[in-house]
Amino acid sequence: MSELKRQVMPLLDLKQRQTTYKEVALGYTQEQATSEAKRCLNCKHRPCMKGCPVEIEIPEFIGFLANGDIDSAYGVLRRNTSLPAVCGRVCPQESQCEKYCVRAIKGESVAIGRLERFAADHAKQLDYQKVASNGIEVAIIGSGPAGLACAGELIQYGYQVTVFEALHALGGVLTYGIPEFRLPKTIVDREIETLRQRGVNFVSNVVVGQSVTIDELLEEGYQSVFVASGAGLPRFMNIPGENLLGVFSANEYLTRINLMKAYQPNSSTPLFAGKKMIVVGGGNVAMDAARSALRQGAEVTIVYRRSLIELPARAEEVEHAKEEGIRFELLSNPIEILGNQNKEVTGVRLVRMQLGEPDASGRKSVTEIPDSRFEIACDGVIMAIGTRLSDLAFAGSQSVEKERWGGIIVDQDGLTSREYIYAGGDVVTGSATVILAMGAGKAAAKAMMKKISELRKTR
Amino acid sequence: MFEILEKQRLNPTVVRLSIQADWIARHAKAGQFLILRPKADSERIPFTIFKADKKAGTVDFIYQIVGATTLILDSLKVGDTLCDAVGPLGKPTETTGYTKAIIVGGGVGCAIAYPVAKAMADQSVDITTITGFRSRDLVILQKEFSALGRHTLCSDDGSCGIHGLVTDVLAKQIEQKDTGDLLVFCVGPLAMMRAVSNLTKTHGIKTLCSMNPLMIDGTGMCGCCRLSVNGRMRFACVDGPDFDGHQVDFDEAIARLRLYGYKERQDYEHACKLLEVNHE
Ligand SMILES: Cc1cc2nc3c(=O)[nH]c(=O)nc-3n(C[C@H](O)[C@H](O)[C@H](O)COP(=O)(O)OP(=O)(O)OC[C@H]3O[C@@H](n4cnc5c(N)ncnc54)[C@H](O)[C@@H]3O)c2cc1C
Ligand code: FES
Repeated sequence: MSELKRQVMPLLDLKQRQTTYKEVALGYTQEQATSEAKRCLNCKHRPCMKGCPVEIEIPEFIGFLANGDIDSAYGVLRRNTSLPAVCGRVCPQESQCEKYCVRAIKGESVAIGRLERFAADHAKQLDYQKVASNGIEVAIIGSGPAGLACAGELIQYGYQVTVFEALHALGGVLTYGIPEFRLPKTIVDREIETLRQRGVNFVSNVVVGQSVTIDELLEEGYQSVFVASGAGLPRFMNIPGENLLGVFSANEYLTRINLMKAYQPNSSTPLFAGKKMIVVGGGNVAMDAARSALRQGAEVTIVYRRSLIELPARAEEVEHAKEEGIRFELLSNPIEILGNQNKEVTGVRLVRMQLGEPDASGRKSVTEIPDSRFEIACDGVIMAIGTRLSDLAFAGSQSVEKERWGGIIVDQDGLTSREYIYAGGDVVTGSATVILAMGAGKAAAKAMMKKISELRKTR
Repeated sequence: MFEILEKQRLNPTVVRLSIQADWIARHAKAGQFLILRPKADSERIPFTIFKADKKAGTVDFIYQIVGATTLILDSLKVGDTLCDAVGPLGKPTETTGYTKAIIVGGGVGCAIAYPVAKAMADQSVDITTITGFRSRDLVILQKEFSALGRHTLCSDDGSCGIHGLVTDVLAKQIEQKDTGDLLVFCVGPLAMMRAVSNLTKTHGIKTLCSMNPLMIDGTGMCGCCRLSVNGRMRFACVDGPDFDGHQVDFDEAIARLRLYGYKERQDYEHACKLLEVNHE
């Protein structure tokens, strides 16, 4: 194989992909990983690291892989990320590390994400020394990547960490949102189990703001609170017909499948069995919902108002979706969901869109083409057009300053406008990425520890 | 956690459970609910909190055996533990700021009406209660409601109390009352709440209905519980469960409840077979 091309990711057989939830990308073999690692030029100026939000020492870990030393490679990864097996699978590498890879100038970039995954999947898990507790209690709200990363950092220094989670299962979006075929739950569970063994106290079934307030947690001895409650509230389009039978938020559809295991044939949680489903949106959430609906036996069309190159989803997911037989209706936008007398969905009315000049943020504007209405028949619609933030965690407590759109305002340390209350992840940025949430959790943990120890000195 | 401490059968299909649930008991108020899973492979289902004892960390709720999950719940005994329970969820019912109120409960909805009536009575609101059941053998909480003062029991078939619907009784009471600052709080089957709301609307009486749509998380995350209220989309689990009955689109709510009826029926029969219970 030419030096210009990367190793091809082995994939599950297409038939199986269309009907089962088995992981699609099977991962590199040892030989593939070694050859791919050897493609790395070990550039002095390390451009790839600039693209990584948590600054993983990429050439270093790849160097170990090139020599077949998987455990050392994993050790390098763990210095900067607590969830390499997850990030290797779900990071948008093409717009982060791999974007800056020198190899990409003439050919394909080194497959950094796939190598990260390989190291994480095959290394001997690190043995952690359980650090003696320093008795200082810290509370974390939410067990998604931000909360998990924060807990992982704090526990390393002996802090007594309690993670409160509203749902019965831990992991946030990793557990209830991203499907098995992209991120097997055993991987997420393993990370959580490691944290538990190291001493993190997980309390599920507690909705902060309802079961207990943040102020109460602070009064009851927690020195500091990290809010990592995500951006979980689904958005709808505010068009007629959205409450018809057969219309779902992607969150609902995916939660039924992932959290409530509706993908297993004897699950007790019901799932709508549409024959022809439309998914509205173009991000990872839309791809996950569409590919899940396909696996449930539906014929699926993704409707997105911009064009193919603007799709915000990971490139690999778009490719996989196409291979599996998802249709794309681009440059079109729903204006009404149509229904029958029984209030069941019968179709969607849409308009064609056109792209204009880029706006201040560099994104192309998009406008409706006059008189361009058309309809698509379907019996189910899934809305995957983004999420809003929930205020629930702060209910009953003095709130913190927020952006107009609801995001919590924090400084570079993750500190909110209230002393001792930190925040990070989607609750600060709005719906973003696993790696950014993780980075924020880790940074906040560092700042919290610094603040707490300073405070103790002055006392 | 979530140990079943007491189990009391109120009628052939309605049961009161008391469970250990410190995190729920701590802040529970009238009108709020909890979501539980009896077993690790069960659905999540919501129940209104009937009573909470903060000191003991216990909560009571009342369920009716209507489907597979409640049937499995019913197979648990005192000393068993529920897999999960979370709450209190939703906003508490506004029980202050009123001088007089009529509280209307239908069927197992009376389990929700009672704590609201009790909370209002405790705050010296002048209350009247009306409860309705299909027939005598389905009556629950008769003693409790009577103890609160003016109470009317009615039944569809006349086998107990007044022969008639709650709306008949309510209509009479409204005629006899100065409805100036009256509140009607109503909970029961959707069709009943629709009828009550239609009646009070013509008299311009403020009416709150406790809505009971399908739910999953109960924290606003899935949108499964959405309703149209005054033409706006609202999530019952976080914006409710109480809404102005004159603004709720009941026809839509009734349709939405039907969505998984087919699968529910199948699962119920399956659970009956597994648990060797005879249904109907
Ligand atoms: C379907 C889907 C696919 C995605 N795919 C990708 C991808 O491929 N790559 C990528 O990088 N990103 C992806 N994302 C985005 C990514 O998952 C999120 O950016 C990331 O999970 C945010 O992490 P978080 O810790 O901030 O919040 P979350 O993961 O949302 O976790 C928040 C947790 O807090 C809990 N919580 C909320 N409120 C409370 C409360 N009051 N009390 C207690 N607990 C509470 C929630 O139940 C939840 O478990 C995807 C998102 C979705 C929905
Ligand atoms: S139950 Fe999920 S949003 Fe209300």
